[in-house]
Amino acid sequence: MTDTAVTTQNPTPIVAMTGISITFPGVKALDGVDFRLFPGEVHALMGENGAGKSTLIKALTGVYTIDSGSIIVDGEERTFAGPAQAQAAGISTVYQEVNLCDNLSVAENIMLGHEVRTAGVVNWPRTRNAAREHLRTMNLDIDPKSSLSSHSLAVQQLVAISRAMVVDAQVLILDEPTSSLDADEVARLFDVVRALRDRGVAILFVSHFLDQVYEISDRMTVLRNGTLVGEYLTAELDRVELVQKMIGRALAVLEELEEAPKRSVAQRGDTQPYVQAIGLGRKGTIEPFDLDVYAGEVVGLAGLLGSGRTELARLLYGADHADSGEIRVEGVPTKMRTPRTALARGIVYSSESRKTEGIVGDLTVRENIVLGLQADRGWLRRISKRKSDEVVNRYIEALGIRPANPEAIAGNLSGGNQQKVLLARWLATAPKLLLLDEPTRGIDVGAKAEIQKLVADLAAQGMAVVFISAELEEVLRLSHRIAVLRDRRKVAEITNSDDVTTDDVVHLIASGGQS
Amino acid sequence: MSSVMSSAGAITRHRLFWPIVALAVLLLACVLKSNTFLNITVLDGHLYGGPIDIVRRSSVLLLVALGMTLVIATRGIDLSVGAVMAIAGAVALSQIAASDNPESLAVVLSAIGSAVLVCLMIGVFNGFLVAVVGIQPIIATLVIMTAGRGIAMLITGGQITTVTSGPYHTIATGYWLGLPVAALIAGFFFLVMALVTRRTALGVLIESVGINPVASRLAGVRARTIIWTVYVLCAFFACVAGFIRSSDIMAADANNAGLFIELDAILAVVIGGTSLAGGKFSLVGTLVGVLVITTLTFSVTILGIPANAVSLFKALVVILVCLLQSPVVRHKLRARRRAVAPAPVEVPA
Repeated sequence: MTDTAVTTQNPTPIVAMTGISITFPGVKALDGVDFRLFPGEVHALMGENGAGKSTLIKALTGVYTIDSGSIIVDGEERTFAGPAQAQAAGISTVYQEVNLCDNLSVAENIMLGHEVRTAGVVNWPRTRNAAREHLRTMNLDIDPKSSLSSHSLAVQQLVAISRAMVVDAQVLILDEPTSSLDADEVARLFDVVRALRDRGVAILFVSHFLDQVYEISDRMTVLRNGTLVGEYLTAELDRVELVQKMIGRALAVLEELEEAPKRSVAQRGDTQPYVQAIGLGRKGTIEPFDLDVYAGEVVGLAGLLGSGRTELARLLYGADHADSGEIRVEGVPTKMRTPRTALARGIVYSSESRKTEGIVGDLTVRENIVLGLQADRGWLRRISKRKSDEVVNRYIEALGIRPANPEAIAGNLSGGNQQKVLLARWLATAPKLLLLDEPTRGIDVGAKAEIQKLVADLAAQGMAVVFISAELEEVLRLSHRIAVLRDRRKVAEITNSDDVTTDDVVHLIASGGQS
Repeated sequence: MSSVMSSAGAITRHRLFWPIVALAVLLLACVLKSNTFLNITVLDGHLYGGPIDIVRRSSVLLLVALGMTLVIATRGIDLSVGAVMAIAGAVALSQIAASDNPESLAVVLSAIGSAVLVCLMIGVFNGFLVAVVGIQPIIATLVIMTAGRGIAMLITGGQITTVTSGPYHTIATGYWLGLPVAALIAGFFFLVMALVTRRTALGVLIESVGINPVASRLAGVRARTIIWTVYVLCAFFACVAGFIRSSDIMAADANNAGLFIELDAILAVVIGGTSLAGGKFSLVGTLVGVLVITTLTFSVTILGIPANAVSLFKALVVILVCLLQSPVVRHKLRARRRAVAPAPVEVPA
């Protein structure tokens, strides 16, 4: 299963983690993972959502306690009781969201906790000078006295790195440092990263942008479902192989769903799409794209995490505002101002974040299911108990929601059942277009198969469905057409048929549609 | 036996158990001190007595707390209610004072109408700051809390406006069907809101927005409109409370009308079991909270507690009720009871 680790010219790793396992209640987050970091190298940690990247980083920095395995830093076995201890041992972390203090000055942010003291009192001129020194090593020419909030996100990110390097870190962990930067800013950040690497710092880099990973990293480790897939030299692993290793081929945990004959609703000539996006885009979120969705058709969105799948769906639903292009519903140009506009036209969106954007946790299953209907009717016309009973019982039965108790608090249900409650909320509004964002993520195999079957059935009954999933097998199994996204851009669209394999889609993702 | 125990347990676990116990204890203390306290007498066809007094005095706080409950359920807070009360009194009484005939019902009604309009505008302003501009509720309503009394001062010209107007005085001191008009007004609005929130979908939509605003918006709930509405309602109820307060003394006191009432109202809501984090709310709980606080204030005089110890006494009772309601404390108490009952813990010498 595990590929042989590559031999290296530099034989002494600064960090060597072996056989790391971490278990959370009910989940094995990491299972016997090995990981090494070498001085003077940029090491990319790769894997899809839930692969265990953050868990591994948190194991290294002492946020989580490991159940088994060993962590050797600089030749010594260590167990860190918290990030402060890890930092003292030379391991610094810069997190995805810049966690600095907006309202403090640049110098205060960099030197916080490391101020230069004279006779026990902070010596601000010297502290600021020290900060200026650190900024200079980052090629950052800004006034240490200026307020942090007066600088762009990119500069703030560099300040965060300066702060991490104050302790003379031997290991620098960069967790998604580029997710909110534009191309120029990324280039600037990478200059700094290269300079640090040349000074002998070991850098652990996490990003879901493949291009960036290939540009900056020397070595990569791939994780999947909490296990190690392998460690590779970046130069020796091409993109297609990488994507395959990240997504995995042996994912078919599901009994093959009795495949609805893959058919493309190809009568484009004589029917018009239910929803048509023309040059629809939003700056910094997703580049303008075209997409048609016909009634009775499942359009799959394939792409890695952060490729723009969710963003596309949110534009169609009016959850975010498009700043270019237009949406036509049954040929009529429609401005999607709010979700209500979309709802009024039969478009519904089930978010990938069930807990934060889907379920209203403290309300009951009944209240959650009728929420969509009720919102549509307005507060004055309350849905009668009888009607609510009818709807709720119908969907509890049809979708097999457990417990089958309408008065159960929705927040206490399992993930799969919460997902079904959400589906019930939307199906109860009799939608024309169903936007499903990761409806099967994090739910058990049985519920997953049921939801897939339901999607196939709904499309067969004439509903238009946009289906988003990180699992290509699932997208392929259900979709009539597949739109491929990469780096927040729609790069290709293919019609599904028996000949299309996950490999083909992987190639499209890896090549960015330019083959 | 065990079923009796468990049902007793269920009762003590009810979130209104301790507030109701506190209420009962306070009433009992009053009765012990003055044994005619609970007597209700009929005088000129009006009911008089301790309980009637408490109900009458509760009306102002009940109205304010009613609006506050809805605002808190949406994760908000409204600090401006006291200032709105002052403005309501100032507008109404200034208009009556300026008229030729303060005793005319038409004059009083039109004065009330103008005051309601002004207060609704304040509610719209608060709601706009919170729901549209996105300012934190505590800051947004602080604007009117501080500026509102100044506005009231401008309206009254810096004086304490006093008038004599029979119809207006009836609001606070009148009786109808033997009951105080003030209590009837508060009770009427309480019933209306209880019905409106539970017989329409307003209650559940407010809770939904309070529990998870993002999910509610994505579900198509007009989250913004709902938040806006509760601030308008809150200002309206504060306005009515302002009429009762100013009618009681027949004076518009810009500085002191409804002073610190926002704190009592928030307290009443919290004692009633509605969480400041928003979400599920209980108007009945708020009613109990209001009765506890009013009885507390009332009992202070009956029990003869010295004036300068009043705040301390109030604070002690409130802390006790809140502690007994706190999940952490309840859990600790239960764990202790369990540990003590079966096997006595050995105490090292």
